[in-house]
Amino acid sequence: MARAISHRKKMMWTALAWGIGLLIFFPILWTFLTSFKAEATAIADPPVWFFFDWTTENYTAVLERSNYPLALMNSIIIAVGSTLLGIIIAVPAAWAMAFVPGKRTKDVLLWMLSNKMLPAVGVLYPLVLIAKYFDVLDSRILLVVILMLINLPIIVWMLYTYFREIPGEILEAARMDGANLKNEIIYVLTPMAVPGIASTILLNIILAWNEAFWTILLTTVNAAPLTKFIASFSAPEGLFYAKLSAASIMAIAPILIMGWFSQKQLVRGLTFGAVK
Amino acid sequence: MGRITLDKVQKKFGEVEVIPPLDLTIEDGEFVVFVGPSGCGKSTLLRLIAGLEDVTGGEIRIDGKPATDLPPAKRGLAMVFQSYALYPHMSVRKNIAFPMKMAGMDQAEQERRITKAADALNLTDYLDRRPGQLSGGQRQRVAIGRAIVREPAAFLFDEPLSNLDAALRVGMRMEISELHKTLATTMVYVTHDQVEAMTMADKIVVLRAGHIEQVGSPLELYKAPRNTFVAGFIGSPKMNLLTGATAAKHNASTIGIRPEHLDVVSEGGTFTGRVGVAEHLGSDTFFHVHIPEMTEPMTVRAGGEVGLRHGDTIHLEPRAEHIHRFDDKGLRFACHA
Repeated sequence: MARAISHRKKMMWTALAWGIGLLIFFPILWTFLTSFKAEATAIADPPVWFFFDWTTENYTAVLERSNYPLALMNSIIIAVGSTLLGIIIAVPAAWAMAFVPGKRTKDVLLWMLSNKMLPAVGVLYPLVLIAKYFDVLDSRILLVVILMLINLPIIVWMLYTYFREIPGEILEAARMDGANLKNEIIYVLTPMAVPGIASTILLNIILAWNEAFWTILLTTVNAAPLTKFIASFSAPEGLFYAKLSAASIMAIAPILIMGWFSQKQLVRGLTFGAVK
Repeated sequence: MGRITLDKVQKKFGEVEVIPPLDLTIEDGEFVVFVGPSGCGKSTLLRLIAGLEDVTGGEIRIDGKPATDLPPAKRGLAMVFQSYALYPHMSVRKNIAFPMKMAGMDQAEQERRITKAADALNLTDYLDRRPGQLSGGQRQRVAIGRAIVREPAAFLFDEPLSNLDAALRVGMRMEISELHKTLATTMVYVTHDQVEAMTMADKIVVLRAGHIEQVGSPLELYKAPRNTFVAGFIGSPKMNLLTGATAAKHNASTIGIRPEHLDVVSEGGTFTGRVGVAEHLGSDTFFHVHIPEMTEPMTVRAGGEVGLRHGDTIHLEPRAEHIHRFDDKGLRFACHA
C-alpha cells in the first residue's frame, strides 16, 4: 500500500515537473510555430496550433531584408570576446580573494555585486559621451569592453565560489612537494578549477548574448548583434509577427543549441557551485 | 640528516598569541610526537616547521642552517596531511611522481623510486587509479608514498590517522613505526590521541595552549608526569586526581593514582565505595567507583576475573610507591611520599 502511494506521488511530481517545463518552454515553442506561418495565420483568432500550411517564406524574407550573418558574427564576437576578457581579469582577482583573503575581501565582493544593482540607464549618458569622445560608438570593441564590465562582478563571484571549493590543504601539499607559485597554478590549481571556469564561461556567454540594453543602444549597423537584429523587426513593423518570430528563432537558435550541449556544465554554473 | 631546532619560535594570529616563545630540539632520526588537546597549538607548530605559516618571532634551523625565511618547497621536508591532500586529477603514479617532477629528477630514477615505494606500500596494483577510487587506508599510503620518494630531511605528519576507522588505524600506526625503523629519518607527528603518542614516539612533546608542558620518552611521561595536566593526559584510562583531605594526608594538594595502581582488597583498604559502571573487557575490568567523600568517580583497573557488579561495595588500596604528589600549582614534588 505504502508502495502504491509513493508510486502515485512520484507520478504526480513527474507530471508537475513536465507541466512547469512546458509552461516555461511555451513562448519559445509558440514563436517557433509562428515563424512557419503566413502572416495572416499568425494573427488568426482563435489561434491555429499545428495544422496550417507550413512555410519558410518568413526566413527567406528576413534573410533578404537584413544582414543576418553580420549580426550573428557580431553576437559571437561580442559574447565570446567580453567573456574571455572578463575571465582574464577575473581569474587573478578571484584567486587572490579565495586564497589570500584580507580583512576587506568580503566587503570588496559585496561592493562589486552592489554595482550590478545600479540601474544601467543611470550611466548611459556618461558612457555614450565617453564612447563618442574615443570615437568607438557602434564598434565591436566598445561592446566587448562594456559587456565585460557589466558581467565582471558575476564572473568574479562565480570563480571565487569555485576556487573556495578547492581545499587549501591540496595547495599546501603542492608547496610542500616543491612546487613554486607558477607550478602550483599550472599543475594543481587550474586543472582542479577547469569545470568551474568552463561553466563560468558558458553562463557568461549566454548572459552577454542575451544582453539587450547596451547592445541596442550603443550600436546602429556595423556592430549590431542579434538583439538589435530582432529589435529592428519589431519596432516599425510591429504587426509582422511571423517575420519577427523567424528573426527571433534565428537569433536564439545558436545559443539554445549551445545550451543543449552543455546542460551539465550550465546546471553547475547556475547553482553557483552549491552542489558538488 | 634532519635535526630541527626551534629557537624562541613565536606565533601570533593578529593579537592572539597562539604560541608563546618556545625552544625545542628534534634530533636527527628521532620520532617526535606533538600531543595535546585540540586547540593547543600542535598543528600550528608543525605548520611553522613546514613553512606553511610564517613565524612571528624566533628562528627555525634545519641541520644547523637557518630555515625561518625559506618557503616550504626549499626546506626539504615532506608532509602527510590529515585529509591526505592528494591531487584528485592525477593518477596514483602521478601523485607519487609529483615532488620528483618538481625537483626535475630524471625519468628513469622517478620510475625506479615509484616502483620501490609502491612495492613497499602495497600500491603496485593501484598505480593507474585516481585517488577517488581508493579506500581511506590506500589514500593514506599514497600520501606516504608521495612523501618518501623525495627522501626528505624529515617527515611531518599532521594527524594522519584520524580519518581512518579504528582497526585500520592500529595497522597504519604499525606501518608508520616500521617505516621509521627502515628509513631512520626524522619524523614529527601531530596527534590528539595519547595512545598513538605512547605507542609510536621516541620523544613526546605535550602541549597546552602553545606551551610545552613536558618533553620526554613515553615511559618518562608515564612514570613522572611533571604536572597534573600531563598526569591527566598521558595514560589510559586517565589517572585519578584527588584533592582535599585525601591529598593532605600525603602532604600534597593533589595526588594522582593510576587505575592500574589500585588493588581491589577483600576488606579494609584506604578507599571504600560503590561500583558504578563496570566495563568487562575479558582481560581486564574497569570499575568506576563512587566514593562518598569524592565528587568524581574513581577508575580502577582490575583483573578480568574480578566479578563485582553494579552497586556492589568495593575496597581499594593504592600502591604507595606509585602515588604521584603535586603541589598547589599542580607541579610535581621531586620525590615520592
